[in-house]
Amino acid sequence: MSFRRRWRKSVNAVMLSVTGISALVAVSVLFFILGYLVWHGARALNWDFFTKLPKPVGETGGGMANAIVGSAKLLLLASLVGVPVGLLGGVYLAEFGGRTVSFAVRYATDLLNGVPSIVIGIFAYTMIVLRTRHFSTIAGGLALGVMMIPIAVRSTEEFLRGVPHELREGAMALGASKWKTIATVVAPAAYRGILTAVLLALARVAGETAPLLFTAFSNRFWSPGWNQPTASLPVMIFTYAIAPYEDWHQQAWAAGLVLLGLVLATNLIARAVLSRGVSMQRS
Amino acid sequence: MHAPVKIALPSRSLAGLKPDLRRGDEIAAELPLRIQISRLNFFYGAKQALRNVHLKIAGNRVTALIGPSGCGKSTLIRTLNRMYETIRDARAEGQILLDDQDVLSLDVTDLRRRVGMVFQKPNPFPKSIFDNVAYGLRVNGCKGSLREAVEHSLHRAALWEEVKDQLHKSAYELSGGQQQRLCIARALAVNPEVLLLDEPCSALDPISTAKIEELLFHLKQTCTIVIVTHNMQQAARVSDFTAFLLNGELVEFSPTSQLFTTPTDPRTEAYITGRFG
Amino acid sequence: MAMERAGSGRGPRSRSLVRRLRSGDEIAHLVTFLFAGSILLIVGLLLNELWVNSALARHKFGWSFFFTRVWDPVFEQFGALPFIFGTLVTSALALLIAIPVGLGAAIFLAELAPPRISDALAFLLDLLAAVPSVIYGLIGIFTVVPLLREYVEPFLKATLGFLPLFQGPVYGVGFLAAGVVLAVMIVPFIISVSREVLLAVPREQREAALALGATRWEATWKAVVPFARAGIFGSIFLALARALGETMAVTMVIGNAPQIAASLFAPGYSIAAVIANEFTEATGDLYLHALIELGLVLFLLTFVLNGLARLLILLTARRGGAHA
Repeated sequence: MSFRRRWRKSVNAVMLSVTGISALVAVSVLFFILGYLVWHGARALNWDFFTKLPKPVGETGGGMANAIVGSAKLLLLASLVGVPVGLLGGVYLAEFGGRTVSFAVRYATDLLNGVPSIVIGIFAYTMIVLRTRHFSTIAGGLALGVMMIPIAVRSTEEFLRGVPHELREGAMALGASKWKTIATVVAPAAYRGILTAVLLALARVAGETAPLLFTAFSNRFWSPGWNQPTASLPVMIFTYAIAPYEDWHQQAWAAGLVLLGLVLATNLIARAVLSRGVSMQRS
Repeated sequence: MHAPVKIALPSRSLAGLKPDLRRGDEIAAELPLRIQISRLNFFYGAKQALRNVHLKIAGNRVTALIGPSGCGKSTLIRTLNRMYETIRDARAEGQILLDDQDVLSLDVTDLRRRVGMVFQKPNPFPKSIFDNVAYGLRVNGCKGSLREAVEHSLHRAALWEEVKDQLHKSAYELSGGQQQRLCIARALAVNPEVLLLDEPCSALDPISTAKIEELLFHLKQTCTIVIVTHNMQQAARVSDFTAFLLNGELVEFSPTSQLFTTPTDPRTEAYITGRFG
Repeated sequence: MAMERAGSGRGPRSRSLVRRLRSGDEIAHLVTFLFAGSILLIVGLLLNELWVNSALARHKFGWSFFFTRVWDPVFEQFGALPFIFGTLVTSALALLIAIPVGLGAAIFLAELAPPRISDALAFLLDLLAAVPSVIYGLIGIFTVVPLLREYVEPFLKATLGFLPLFQGPVYGVGFLAAGVVLAVMIVPFIISVSREVLLAVPREQREAALALGATRWEATWKAVVPFARAGIFGSIFLALARALGETMAVTMVIGNAPQIAASLFAPGYSIAAVIANEFTEATGDLYLHALIELGLVLFLLTFVLNGLARLLILLTARRGGAHA
């Protein structure tokens, strides 16, 4: 009896420690990634990285200025596609939608959210690259924009629904029409949440590589306008990492550090925006 | 819920009227009428929430709606500005006249400008105090000085002195009672003819409650007031007429003094003496 | 005299349509509807494009596409079997590693850790989930692959070498490397969803077990986890769907050789990786259509898995709600 008791107690202790260790291991991966990137990336990071074009194979030095600008352009295009569809689609679901249409839209949104990013890349390829016969910033932006939509829609809907019903009643009781209520009371009350969602969506697509491989493609030079292939940070990391040159590996580390820094910083900012909003609502 | 208490009747409310057994409708009918409800039935889907309600609401008086929870008093007040329309499958049948115009077919935006409402929980918008009060003016496209209108409304809601130096602070920084008076100011800013209050004090402390009750005495000089309350003492203190509802029916409607002293219906008597609810 | 009005919900709306148009409600409704509808349109287009642009391959190879192991662009012979094999093997491997760690960590966060620590760790795990996959690939190439090549794989070969799984030359890149990197990537997903479903288990469930004299572990493992079983499976399916569709990290460490090998050390290929690598080189239409058909397969696989996952998570949520 007492042996059994001791046995159960030790199983308890062992298993509880195992769960704790699992959690520790899982979280430490983050610090490992961060530390590793900082260690390797910081050495390769210099002013040239941000201002110079890539050097041809064999020459050392150079930077990824074109990829940084390219990523920014792609994200801008992605927002132009993803944010309006996401926000207004979310408003429809939260405020106007009938049962059948809303169900269909929610279903489609969830479906889109689960589509592997490479498949979204194929979609943008057949839609734009096949038709225009060349790779372009626009095709890449479309692919990233489509990927933003599900996150933006669902979080917009969620945050709009989170606005207390009393606020809507307050506005409507003053004679505000439905859309005025939404535009002047509901949306401002939910805007922190929605902003957070948009930032998180941006952070997510900023690191996407697969959908860009055959849409925005890559470019060793500046990409003028919107109709040319363009370099982007994630694709550069990929190309440089699998190349056999030590100098390129250094650049890949540096680019990885910059990309990860941007993504994590955006995540942190997004969460800060949200938590400030929550504390304001509470007080 | 409430222990039966001796109710001090307001001497101001109907001074001069000798208690008699005339029903509230007849007495109210002698006063200038604001709202006339007849044959009102209300449904949430298949569930009937109001049955054949007749009620006359006198102008420049306070009419209280009382009754146990779920009796339909909130539903009734929400038919007066059609706030029920935000609920899916809710519909009203019958007639509600506001100064001879049918409430159920008026343009809802106009209607709600004329019939203001204050809710159970203070619901200021997440904006500044000023913007809260100015909100109704802005959405209704009112001309004239916003600042004056806002100041005037805050005066009427007895809040001006407390907030005049912080008009641009967030409304969320006010106390609960101040927030509720802000909501009253917000409703008053568009100069409504009728002010509906749906249990406006249920979330407030006694001192804030007293301030709002005090406020109602002044407001009824310019407004017709309908108040829903689950607190019988409050109905007795603030109202001129009281309607008692039970299970969606209007059981009794009398001058407040009569309803609480000599109820004609045994169900009313049971309620006011605390035998249910 | 008295006007009888019936059914006011719809009545005033049609009567004052003009006013409502002017007040903007109908316009706002229409505009938001168009944007919401465009999501349906995009999904429809996506399916259509995948279907139409894989027509050549579908017609030429039919079902044999899925059972043929030859992938020869020069002679235009395309079979998806090596890629399907690689995708399934690496994902299975990833689950094998990620489930115990993920579930363990989720149990710790939901049941044992004080709320503040649990929230802090969950926050860090959210950040981990936000790390771009190309970064995982980058780290994978330069740390996981050498580590496997120099230490882990020789060790496995020496100890478990009698199994076909651990035989053959050691490359570093290969199924095992892809599986390990994928595992690291999906752990945060398993943890965050499982944690949520575990937290949704009604308190009485564990109190009942504790009151009967169960140890903390027994209460968790025998009362709480079974209650949340469906949701935990949901989280696993969600993670599996992500592993199947993951492109960059796998492409960078799997070795990119279209072969079916018994050994985990051997290089392989996955559906997503072959699309990523060969799409821009696909010169012939048939080649391109074969790659797009692979995309279609990937889409359908993840579609089914995501559907199942959501259903399971919903089931758990319902159950928790019903008992609460």
